[in-house]
Amino acid sequence: MRWTLTGIAVIFLGAFLFLPLAVVFKTAFEKGMRAYFDALREPDAMAAIRLTLLAAGVAVPLNLIFGVAAAWAIGKFEFVGKSLLVTLIDLPFSVSPVVSGLIYVLLFGMQGLWGPWLIAHGIRIIFAVPGIVLATIFVTFPFVARELLPMIQAQGNDEEEAALTLGASGWQTFFRVTVPNVKWALLYGVILCNARAMGEFGAVSVVSGHIRGLTNTIPLHIEILYNDYQFVAAFAAASLLALLALLTLVIKSAVQWQAGRQIAESAAAGGEGSR
Amino acid sequence: MSISVREIRKSFGRFLALDAVSLEIPDGELFALLGPSGSGKTTLLRIIAGLEFPDCGTVEFDGNDITGRTARERRVGFVFQHYALFRHMTVFENIAFGLQVRPRPVRPSEGQIRTKVHELLRLIQLQNQAQRYPSQLSGGQRQRVALARALAVEPSVLLLDEPFGSLDAKVRMELRRWLRQLHDEIHITSVFVTHDQDEALEVADRVAVMNEGRVEQVGTPDEVYHRPATPFVYHFLGNVNLFHGRVEGGKTYVHDGSAGHLVFVRPHALEIARQPNGANHFRATTKHINAAGPIVKVEAITEWGEPIRIEISQGQFRELRLVKDEVVFVVPKELAVFRKDEPQ
Repeated sequence: MRWTLTGIAVIFLGAFLFLPLAVVFKTAFEKGMRAYFDALREPDAMAAIRLTLLAAGVAVPLNLIFGVAAAWAIGKFEFVGKSLLVTLIDLPFSVSPVVSGLIYVLLFGMQGLWGPWLIAHGIRIIFAVPGIVLATIFVTFPFVARELLPMIQAQGNDEEEAALTLGASGWQTFFRVTVPNVKWALLYGVILCNARAMGEFGAVSVVSGHIRGLTNTIPLHIEILYNDYQFVAAFAAASLLALLALLTLVIKSAVQWQAGRQIAESAAAGGEGSR
Repeated sequence: MSISVREIRKSFGRFLALDAVSLEIPDGELFALLGPSGSGKTTLLRIIAGLEFPDCGTVEFDGNDITGRTARERRVGFVFQHYALFRHMTVFENIAFGLQVRPRPVRPSEGQIRTKVHELLRLIQLQNQAQRYPSQLSGGQRQRVALARALAVEPSVLLLDEPFGSLDAKVRMELRRWLRQLHDEIHITSVFVTHDQDEALEVADRVAVMNEGRVEQVGTPDEVYHRPATPFVYHFLGNVNLFHGRVEGGKTYVHDGSAGHLVFVRPHALEIARQPNGANHFRATTKHINAAGPIVKVEAITEWGEPIRIEISQGQFRELRLVKDEVVFVVPKELAVFRKDEPQ
């Protein structure tokens, strides 16, 4: 029984995870190291990598700030519309990325709501870099808030109030008491947010317009290469994302291990109390 | 620093937590807010600290109105029920926190902070635990660290919320005495909240007994125990026998059909006699006798069928040769009478 179940799990993982991963790297290196690095050094590929880094580089810090603010507000205060805010944070999870991309087209596109005004002022959002950044921000904004919220809610207000009575200002309390207590959840949220920002396809695909060397991110670049039968180049680019995924997994496990230790400690610390 | 609380009112939604509460706490006093849960005592403490703000009424420190000031501006030391130690900081860092967050011009130097923290560690007898984390300490040690952390900023008043609430009985007794000694040493005006009457009566100079958002009585432990102002205080402070009686011509009848009065008698104020003594007495049948301990606790049923508790000394017990299921005469020595229409 046990062996059967374990066997099924191993076969499943092998077929759906390890095999594709192996294929990605095998195809990428099929024509040797040289071809692999040439594919990555090619100008369009470099442009795609730069754009992906730019989109993630803008989206992650913004969503870090938004996530912390939202989780803090929801976790520590009571206000009207709180449950609505919680629902809205989850929206990008429940809406198909393609649909969210389309919404941007309908808002900022040529025939869109604000399209004529934008054209009149010479601002390009759709089929340009700003659209890609916007779509990436939208798709990735739940991650940090979602990771932080349970942590902040579980911790209550006691330590913050203690800091306040000891004369700390709001910012001192935030940076010296609140952030250190949630740092692992925060880091975990940022890692997930980053992984998604770099790997996002659907929403970005709709707003990008697929202009080579200008509005292609790595996932879009891979699609174009693949459709052009340039398998080695496609898989070389894909191997970058696969590496990112592996790296994310490693960091994620390390962070979870640390956070688990911290939770065990704080549970021990609050053992006699109500925490 | 003296504390004056005037006509404080506070509600949470539709729940009225404090209803026109006024208190005067003179400089240097150790004051207890005693009451059952939901009586508003913690809310009042948090309002004095500036962690909560009243709907109306004022709080004064030394005659200065500080009602609108925040907790940060009031310079109070607050000790939380569950300690609220910073879990990612060592004991040393916890105690030093209040000094380190001061604005640069008034912040003591690193050396001064170190000296101060070690001084406090000596005071709480945890010199060797400076580098430990809160999770590595026992409950009593954590409570002492919380106290040292509050004292580090040299607060004008010290406020403690159920300071011994989450400790086991033995540690509780020790810390109780220790707090009293500490207060005698540093003479800082201190207010603590408790639901434990023994704790309040043993430690405090004066006690305010609270119930349903109001102060029922303020007085020394002796006053509130021996001369309770209301039926509630009588009930809340120690065991008591309640009779529905009548007062007529200066004489109190503990049992009466018309029952216009409530008569309270503490178990130790009931005397057991073999013979009727001609004065106020009634008959009762002993049901259960617990002679283990310094006093003997007797449970009995009165002639009209109500259970009562009587406490007598071991000497009296031996003299009476009391046994179970015998009829004795009970004489109330001290009683307190309240009219029934007075609020309970």
